[in-house]
Parts: sequence; C-alpha cells; structure tokens
Amino acid sequence: MNEPVSNLKSAFESGRFVFTGEIGPPKGTNVQSCLHEAEEYLKDSVTAVNVTDGQTAVMRIGSIAVSNMLLERGIEPVFQMTCRDRNRIALQMDLLSAYSLGIRNVLSLTGDHVAMGDHPEAKPVFDLDSVGLLQAMVKLEAGTDMGRDMKGNPNKLEGAPKFFKGCCVTPCAEEVELQIIKLEKKVEAGAQFVQTQAVYEPAVFEKFMQRIEHLKAPVMVGIVMLKSVGMAKYMNRSVPGVHVPDELITRLSDTAKEDLQRVSIEICGELIRKMKHCCQGAHLMTLGWGHCVPDIIAAALA
Amino acid sequence: MIVAERKPFDEILEMLSPYKRVLVLGCGGCVTVCLTGGERQAEELASQLRLASRHKSMDLTVDYDCITRQCDREFTENLKESPAQYDCVLSMACGVGVQFMSQLYPDVPFLPAMNTTFYGANTAPGLWEEYCHGCGDCVLALTGGICPIARCSKSLVNGPCGGAQDGKCEVSNQMDCGWHLIYKRLTEKGKVDELRKIRPPINWKTDRGAGVRRLILEEMVEEESEV
Repeated sequence: MNEPVSNLKSAFESGRFVFTGEIGPPKGTNVQSCLHEAEEYLKDSVTAVNVTDGQTAVMRIGSIAVSNMLLERGIEPVFQMTCRDRNRIALQMDLLSAYSLGIRNVLSLTGDHVAMGDHPEAKPVFDLDSVGLLQAMVKLEAGTDMGRDMKGNPNKLEGAPKFFKGCCVTPCAEEVELQIIKLEKKVEAGAQFVQTQAVYEPAVFEKFMQRIEHLKAPVMVGIVMLKSVGMAKYMNRSVPGVHVPDELITRLSDTAKEDLQRVSIEICGELIRKMKHCCQGAHLMTLGWGHCVPDIIAAALA
Repeated sequence: MIVAERKPFDEILEMLSPYKRVLVLGCGGCVTVCLTGGERQAEELASQLRLASRHKSMDLTVDYDCITRQCDREFTENLKESPAQYDCVLSMACGVGVQFMSQLYPDVPFLPAMNTTFYGANTAPGLWEEYCHGCGDCVLALTGGICPIARCSKSLVNGPCGGAQDGKCEVSNQMDCGWHLIYKRLTEKGKVDELRKIRPPINWKTDRGAGVRRLILEEMVEEESEV
C-alpha cells in the first residue's frame, strides 16, 4: 500500500535536483526513432520522460500509447494530457486507461488551439480547462467521477487510480500575476509538481520563484535547447512568454555551425547552474537532440 | 444583435440555378443594424443578380422586398407580394428568419443569402465583434463584465492559457486575449482577487449539452390556452 506513486514523486521527496526529458511522438506509426532517443539517451540520465499530446495541435500517435511503450522499456513516462481534443467523459476514460497501463505521472495542460495545428477545421473541445482536469483526477483518485447517479450522488468507481499530478506555468509571461493566480488555482485543485515554459532569463525566473514561494509544489524549470540563431529569434517573435536575451543571440551568431550543438549544451548547463538554487529540477526539451541530454546534465552539475 | 454576413455571390448564384422568379427578402432586424441584410442590401443584391443574369443568360426575374423581422409572424402582413408568387425566396435574414419563413410558407423554397456568424456588437466603424456565446449560464458578474466563454478562444474559466502575446490571442494577433481584457478591467476596479476562486467546469447542459433549447413562459402559455 505504501508503494510510492511514481519515481518522479520519490525523486522530489528525496530532495535531490531532478531532471526530466521529453519526446514528441511521430506522425504515423514509426515510433522507433523516438523510442530509440528515449532508450539510448534519456533512460539513464533523467528520472522521467514527458510524452507530448498532439503538440502544437498537430495530429500524431497518441501520448498514452507512447507512454506505455516507454514503460515497457523501463522508462517512467510523464503523460501530457491536453483539454483540446476530448470532453470530460473521454478525458476520464483516458485517465483510467492510462492508469491501468501503469502510467502514474500526468501533466495537465490546456493545449494549443486547433487553429495552430494541421487540422484547423477540427472542432476545438476545451470542455474542461487545465484546472478542471486536475479536479477530475482528484475525483477519480477519491473513487468517484465527475458525473452523478440517478439519485444525484457521485458515481462510484470500481477501483480508483492514483496519480502524480503536474501542471505548467509561464514564468516570464507579460502578465505574470495572472499566471500566478492560475498556478495557485492549479495547485489548489491538486497539482503536485510544476513544469515551466522555457526560461532564458534567470533573474526573472528567480523573482517569479520568490512570488510563488508559498506554493509547496516542486518546480522544474523549462530548458529548451537553442538549436540555431534563427530558432532563438523565432522564439522571441512567436513563442509567448519566452524571451531569449540579446547576449545569447549574439553568442549563437558568433558560433561556427559545427560548434552550435556544443554551445547550445553549454548555454543549457549555464542556465540550470544559475537557477538550480531556487527550483527543484529542470525539464529538458531537446527537440530531437536527445543525445545532448547526458552532456547538458553534466554541464548543469559541473 | 445577431451578426450575419452575405454569402459569396457565386455561391448564391449557384443556389438560384434551378429557379427563374426570385424574391430577395431583406430583414429589418439585426442584419439591418449590421448593414448586411437590410432593405438597402436586398436592393443591391437584386440588381447584382439581374446584371449577372443578363450577363450569363440565366433569364432570372428578380424583385426585392424587406419586412421588419423575418422571425416574427406578424410582419409577414407587410410583404408586398406573397412569396407564393415566386419560384424561391432568397432570404437575407439570419438562420432563424430563413427557417421561420419557410415554416410559414412551406410550398416556397427559402434559400439563405447569409452566413449567420455570432452575437456581437459594433465596436468601431465597420467592425463587429463577438461578445456573447449564448451559453445559457451567464458569468459576467464574476469576470468584470467581459465574457470568457465568448471572448477566450478556448472558453477557459480559470484564467488564460499560456498562448497570449502582447495581449493578443494565439489564434490571431488581431484578436484580444479575453483573459487579458478581464484582468485589465478587474485591475482597474481593484477587484483582481475575484479571479482567485476556482471556477467549476462549465455546465454545458445550458449550452447544447441538453439538446435543442426552448424558452417557455408559463404565464403566457396559460393565458393563451384560456383564450
């Protein structure tokens, strides 16, 4: 009975600085390369691996299936779950399905709008928001669901799941108070850990962390590899709440192409070193450069 | 008001292809106010159709008319000619008017000249914006008078997603983030704390979750039956 819910939860409880990674399932059934990335480079480096759920509203193989494939390979998944494509019935069904397969870590996300993706004609669902999805998980854990029986009582489940529930926040967003209010609600609704959007401004992040000190959930700072100058500029232009400082852009543009990966790893390592005193872990988003994860971690701990 | 915009001309022409005698019928309600389906627009569309008919040898006879509202039985008295005189009526009302009229005149095809788009207001010259979703469970008292169901692209009830940039929605930079508007309004009023309470998931039953919606005023039903 006292078995820990997940290794990720235990890792936070142990007080050590936690690393997680991320893979994006492919469009189609050829999962070999994303599984290879996870097995070869992430398995022995990170505590858990996020599996994205139709990232940027692009149709792909599902997060539950790929999370399950990770489990089969001895890798602990963080099942990312968005509210974009499923109503509360389907969300609760998938939560039970995920649990039955052995998935324990679930990250509650709103999800990008369908207009952002490759099926802009699809009906956007958003029946629940990310707070409501966390509430749904808590209800399932209590052995009931969101519905009511004929007498108006909560429906009872035959067997209840137990999750380690996460949520997301953007620390460098323009209206940070609004982000914090929503984060407080997510934690109140049941979130037990927090992953952030990409951060390139350690000072802004530190201030943000001071403002959420009262929240007792561990926070993993989001680290996205800058693979090129173009990507850094693109992020400044198009990714909300992310600002890559000029100093990093200059550094990347002064780097020869063959050295880009090494410099990108160095930048990630430096960012984590600057921020690890005020957070509990780092979530590494390597965007296909999973082979860099061991070096990023080594640089972060140097 | 209900906002509607005219369908592309070619689509209208295609709809009319089986018919010869056509009545273009404007509506004096919402679509007159949003300058898309009133008397003037009916007159314009009728003359456009006559021109096209001549140009493409379609042999159309086109008249136009406009009544106060197409969603109300009493105003049909004001029709200059009975719809039965025509092969079809091209209605410039919203979807309600088109359906209601075709129910009153089941022998005449009523075709939609408009796409009915949203409930909105005229917020700047030439601009109409969606303000209400008609969800059936108004939360405006809690959100500074700005609707998160209609004015957040994701209808989120507990605050914004992470997608807004410079106060604009991730769907389009021409679109305000509804939650930024709510936050701004509540900040001005010193009432940001009102956002701190968790809002339960939306009860979509009052939206479309319980099927087709009706409004019944019991008193009037009784009065009618007594008469």
